[in-house]
Amino acid sequence: MSLSQLLLTPFAGALLVLLVPGNYRVVHRFIALVTSAITAIGAISIFAGFKTGVAGMQFEEYAAWVPAAGFGYHLGVDGMNIGLVLMASLVGFAATCVSWDIERQPKLFYILLLTMIGGSLGAFLSLDLFFLYFFNELALVPTFIMMGVWGRGENRNYATFQITLYLTLGALIGLSGLALLYSQSGANTLDWVTLKVWLADKPLSSHAQNLILPLLLLGFGTLVGLFPFHSWAAPGYAAAPSATAMMHAGVLKKVGLYVLLRVAIPFFPESMNHWATPLAVLAMGNVLYCGWVALRQRDLYLLLGNSSLAHMGFCFLGLAAAGVIGVTGVVLIMVAHGLLAALSFGLVGHLTKATGSSDLDRLGGLLKTFPFVGGALIMAFLAGCGVPGFANFTGELTVLFGAWKSFPVFVIAAAWGGLIIGGVYMLRAIRDLLHGPLREGSVKSGDAGPWRRVPFLVLLAALIYFGVNPASLVDRITPTAERIAGTRTATATTTHATAAVTSHAAH
Amino acid sequence: MNYSLLSLEILLTLLGVGVLLGDLWIPASARKLIGYGAATGAGILLTYAIGSGAPADGTAFGGLFVVDALSNYFKGFFLLAALVVLLLTVSQSDTIKGYAEYCALILFATVGMLFAASANDFVLMFVALELITVTFFVLVSYDRNRSGSLEAGVKYLIMGALASAFMVFGIALIFGSAGTTNFYEIAAHQSTLAKSPVFLIGLLLTLVGLGFKIAAVPFQMWAPDVYQGAPAITTAFLATGSKAAGFALLLRVAFSAVPEITAHWSRLFLVMGVLTLLYGSFCAIAQRSVKRLMGYSSIANAGYLLLGIAAVSLNGSTAVLTYLGGYIFTVLAGFAVISAIAAHTGSDDVSAFAGLGQRSPILATGLTVSLVSLAGIPPMAGFFGKFLLLKAVAAHAGTERFFLVALLAACVGVVISLYYYFGVIRSIFWPRSVADLTVIPVDGATRLALILSIAGVFYIGIFPNSLVVGARQAAAGLAPQTAVAAKAPAAPAHH
Repeated sequence: MSLSQLLLTPFAGALLVLLVPGNYRVVHRFIALVTSAITAIGAISIFAGFKTGVAGMQFEEYAAWVPAAGFGYHLGVDGMNIGLVLMASLVGFAATCVSWDIERQPKLFYILLLTMIGGSLGAFLSLDLFFLYFFNELALVPTFIMMGVWGRGENRNYATFQITLYLTLGALIGLSGLALLYSQSGANTLDWVTLKVWLADKPLSSHAQNLILPLLLLGFGTLVGLFPFHSWAAPGYAAAPSATAMMHAGVLKKVGLYVLLRVAIPFFPESMNHWATPLAVLAMGNVLYCGWVALRQRDLYLLLGNSSLAHMGFCFLGLAAAGVIGVTGVVLIMVAHGLLAALSFGLVGHLTKATGSSDLDRLGGLLKTFPFVGGALIMAFLAGCGVPGFANFTGELTVLFGAWKSFPVFVIAAAWGGLIIGGVYMLRAIRDLLHGPLREGSVKSGDAGPWRRVPFLVLLAALIYFGVNPASLVDRITPTAERIAGTRTATATTTHATAAVTSHAAH
Repeated sequence: MNYSLLSLEILLTLLGVGVLLGDLWIPASARKLIGYGAATGAGILLTYAIGSGAPADGTAFGGLFVVDALSNYFKGFFLLAALVVLLLTVSQSDTIKGYAEYCALILFATVGMLFAASANDFVLMFVALELITVTFFVLVSYDRNRSGSLEAGVKYLIMGALASAFMVFGIALIFGSAGTTNFYEIAAHQSTLAKSPVFLIGLLLTLVGLGFKIAAVPFQMWAPDVYQGAPAITTAFLATGSKAAGFALLLRVAFSAVPEITAHWSRLFLVMGVLTLLYGSFCAIAQRSVKRLMGYSSIANAGYLLLGIAAVSLNGSTAVLTYLGGYIFTVLAGFAVISAIAAHTGSDDVSAFAGLGQRSPILATGLTVSLVSLAGIPPMAGFFGKFLLLKAVAAHAGTERFFLVALLAACVGVVISLYYYFGVIRSIFWPRSVADLTVIPVDGATRLALILSIAGVFYIGIFPNSLVVGARQAAAGLAPQTAVAAKAPAAPAHH
């Protein structure tokens, strides 16, 4: 399967659903399920066919689109995005599976969901940054609509409003940064491969770097939920239907990080040095502050939302460290967290539907009634607090290793925040939710049937596979990470080392 | 003199006269034929204009009238707008009193727009603008039985007369100080003229006149009232043709006649642009009338376009032209729906659109596509134009803080616009209260107009290349500007 075929499958599915009349509900579901399954299988085959140990782009495809403005349809995978593409299509499949019982306007729901899957795949596959933005936006709009229409809770209008405002403004500020990159580089293109060659020859002036990077960090950081621009996330996920929360928290949110990895580190080496420490401080805001907020939550969604923000803190820390190890770690976390977030939101969605509540104070003792969902949730929560054996552990550890040299204090704080705080709220949630006496009349329907287990099993299997066999990912990531971080490590680690030495001397 | 240069204008005038005469013989029961005939004529002229029939570049009337890439670019869009608007009138041929005259007036206004696209002299510019404005006085107040329409007509008359007065005074000052009104001749002496305060005041007053035309702050106050009061079809034409004509003239004056002065005044355009887009966006939030909302949205869009002019570069002008191209299709799609709804329910309140998704899927799709494109979301036409504009502004943001501020203001404007556009979309598909759910019939002509506009919105959004190439040619053809274009981008940094 070529990358274009992979990208077009969900869109073709959306078109097919559109063409089938509204009263054939089963057909809509079937088409959506089949196309997302084909996408997932295609992504697995591409992942398997990806040559390890090679740094360049593979499966590349190019077609001129607007030659007059220098934009092209350029797809390709390297170590940065191959794992993300796989993760996105697996999550897409799982999200389609859990949407089986959507009752209201299922046709429109599936069209939007497939557009979202296609859009996020397109964002990861596109090497032209213009198209990356294009697809990201294409996936974001369905998110807002799905939240507004199929969302839950009394708060959903406000939450939808907030998330729309934050994410659109963030995306536009990021777009301004990209537009500036286009004009200031003088390359007159946003094609990443061309830009990389061009900028290796003629790096951006430090003035331009200091102008553009803050816009990129602010804009794309907001898309990821960088502290203090994170307040949209938890209420947003609480209001979103399960599939949307899975797709956004798992996949779409990673696009911002992905852009920063691709663009900020190789193209703005000088300015990244300036911004590394502030970024690391904000990352600590995510890890510690959002972790602390999660500690106080009694609503499962708010808890998961904040915990997911705390995980993003690790990514920002790795980004600030920006070495080969740091970058590898960020990609690992992005893949692992995508699977994990989708898994947790899916499972919690199932429990909420079965019990009619997501309030920890009203639930308890659910493990007996929900042996499968409950067991899977325990595994997800353990993965969330970084227990070895799940992919998250590898990622977080790698980031901490990568960041040790530049930010030892932050690493200690992050390890403490991530592991201790995370452990406390996750274990407490397990206790309150799954153990103890069962509340009277709280259970309306039972555990997931064999078919309903498929999405959760797929995600869990991937999480454990990458946990016990991280080399399958790392071998694919490292060569590219070396190339991306290489430009910087040569100059940056030395300056960091000297900076560290001088600051120590000053104390 | 080479009359073939004026072939489009002459043929369109004849078509207008033909429509008036045809009314004498065509029985009232077959009135629709007039609309179809006029639309067919406009369609034929459109294919003629964008096909091989387009006249070769040249000037007529001693340099008064010019045919070049820019004029051809705009003429295509004016004819297209006229075609779509005429198609929209067909379904209302029985309710519009004096239907033939209405069609003829649309055609005469289009002639004015064609002249505006080719005007290379302040005098022809004034005449073309008056031709457009005076026909619109009538078109706006055409719904004589509705006081809202008459009120809008009076407002437009007073404001238009005021704008004309400013402009004619400005032209007098320009002629007095420059001794000529020809754009090229002024361009040749612009460095000496730039030192003449009388000339600068004259130019400023002319720009005030154009500012009224495009509804830029602080000359925007007429737009919401007139958009709301005028018959929906008139508003459609006002928002597309009349606005684009204003921009065609603004581009010519700014870059053909006085490119150096424009480079000096870049900041003026920038401030106007930012104020305009923020004013339009903020005021649109609270609107309940969709026509009025489109009025404010049209103000906001004028703001974005002004930013492109403020960039004073080939990229900026290209972006303005590309944006306008997509904008025309987008707005036509929107007004096709608004006029159908207004004709059916007699209202343009948001509540009249409630449940439109069930009442008429094609109308719902049309309005949704239009609003989503206006909000600048891919893959619609509006997105690519907005991106090019942002890019043109970003080119200066590295050297000038003002441009960076403008860039961020534009981002804020887009976010606000998302809020009010999606308010309408929400009401279309997910109304708060269960509304009247009877099916709204849509006749063939409206359907055709809608499909044309929707296809245009998607085509430009997904395959923008040909439009961008055309726009770039047109922008490069802003004659003396080509000589200055190379150094123009650096110019606004100082002064």
